[in-house]
Amino acid sequence: MSDTVVTHSGHVAPEVFTQAQLDWLPWLQPPAEESLSAEQQDALIDRARAKSAYFRLLASDPAILKARTLTDKDIFYNSDAGLPRAERELAAAAVSRFNGCIYCASVHARFSATYSKRGEDIERLLAEGVTVELDARWKAIVAASVALTETPVAFGQDEIAALRAAGLDDLAISDAIHAAAFFNWANRLMLTLGEPALPSAG
Amino acid sequence: MSIKIDVIDQLVGIVPGSSLDLIRRRRGQARDNAQASFDALFAPATPGEVSRIERLAVAAFVAGLTGEPATASFYLAETARLGAATGEAVGRELAQGRTKGPYGRYPDGPLSHETVAGPVYEPDAAAREALGTRLAAAFRHAHLLVLHPRDAAPADLQALLDAGWTTPSIVTLSQIIAFVSFQSRVVAGLIALNATAAEPRSEEAAHV
Repeated sequence: MSDTVVTHSGHVAPEVFTQAQLDWLPWLQPPAEESLSAEQQDALIDRARAKSAYFRLLASDPAILKARTLTDKDIFYNSDAGLPRAERELAAAAVSRFNGCIYCASVHARFSATYSKRGEDIERLLAEGVTVELDARWKAIVAASVALTETPVAFGQDEIAALRAAGLDDLAISDAIHAAAFFNWANRLMLTLGEPALPSAG
Repeated sequence: MSIKIDVIDQLVGIVPGSSLDLIRRRRGQARDNAQASFDALFAPATPGEVSRIERLAVAAFVAGLTGEPATASFYLAETARLGAATGEAVGRELAQGRTKGPYGRYPDGPLSHETVAGPVYEPDAAAREALGTRLAAAFRHAHLLVLHPRDAAPADLQALLDAGWTTPSIVTLSQIIAFVSFQSRVVAGLIALNATAAEPRSEEAAHV
């Protein structure tokens, strides 16, 4: 049997960036949960991810999924100093807003709002985009994330100087670079393998 | 203990014991698994349906479009080492495909004023001849994801299926494109940081 593209109907696509919980619908058929091999289950790292169509689809190539997941977790969850979690998530949300990944932006806007308790600033970032007026520190993090996301990459000494001026030490700057760079990985997977949808009522 | 090459260190020019080396080792799991990701994509234990030269050629095209010079040179040299003609074809397609991103459409509605127009790259007859149908289709997809990822649609996956790609190999291809997008930016960011790293390098490092 040859592989086919999966199309969806009857769902409502989000037409704005939102902090609301969204669904994600795959355009290729992910392996069924029951059919995952031991290697594929191991690559998910978190067992709960077997419920996610996105992670099951990525489990089609388990070696890269496993390494990617472990990279992701350390960049965002390693709490040994550096950039606070809220601002790593801010970088992720800013990159997703700039690339146009409505699903990724929703997840990481929520995380940033939760950890920073600055839901209104996050809402304005989603509504107005990456040139939104923010305090100096968040502006520097958003601008650096955007410069790193541009193609060709436009990140250089100006961004480093602005991040230092905003109070980031070198470990925190490295964290911001990694968080922004990682969402240039994540956005491209989410945007090409499926689409966001508003949760169905009921 | 064998000395394991770390590609990001190599591309950035990170000296053992330097402040940037120590910073990367504070995030040891991320450092090790960025390298493990590279290994999984470019030296896979089971090659699967995507050949090594296909993997490297796509990476060279992605890195060349992304424009971080060290990463671009690295993948182009690795590709040319395996196939000089393929390396030349990558160079030709880069000249055709280079542009500024991200651009792309938003659906009709409040975001439609944020739509940014930009070119759609289609490999021409010479590219299809040099790369083959399958790799030419991969380049088309790579250009889409590098420069205007929000334009990606089911029809683009259908085009890959039509060119001989399967569901698992499309996942691998997408990971290659997305990983090199990440890696190029880590390298660009760390080169900028390394140029002005705050702390002096250790005496010991100077003798390595």
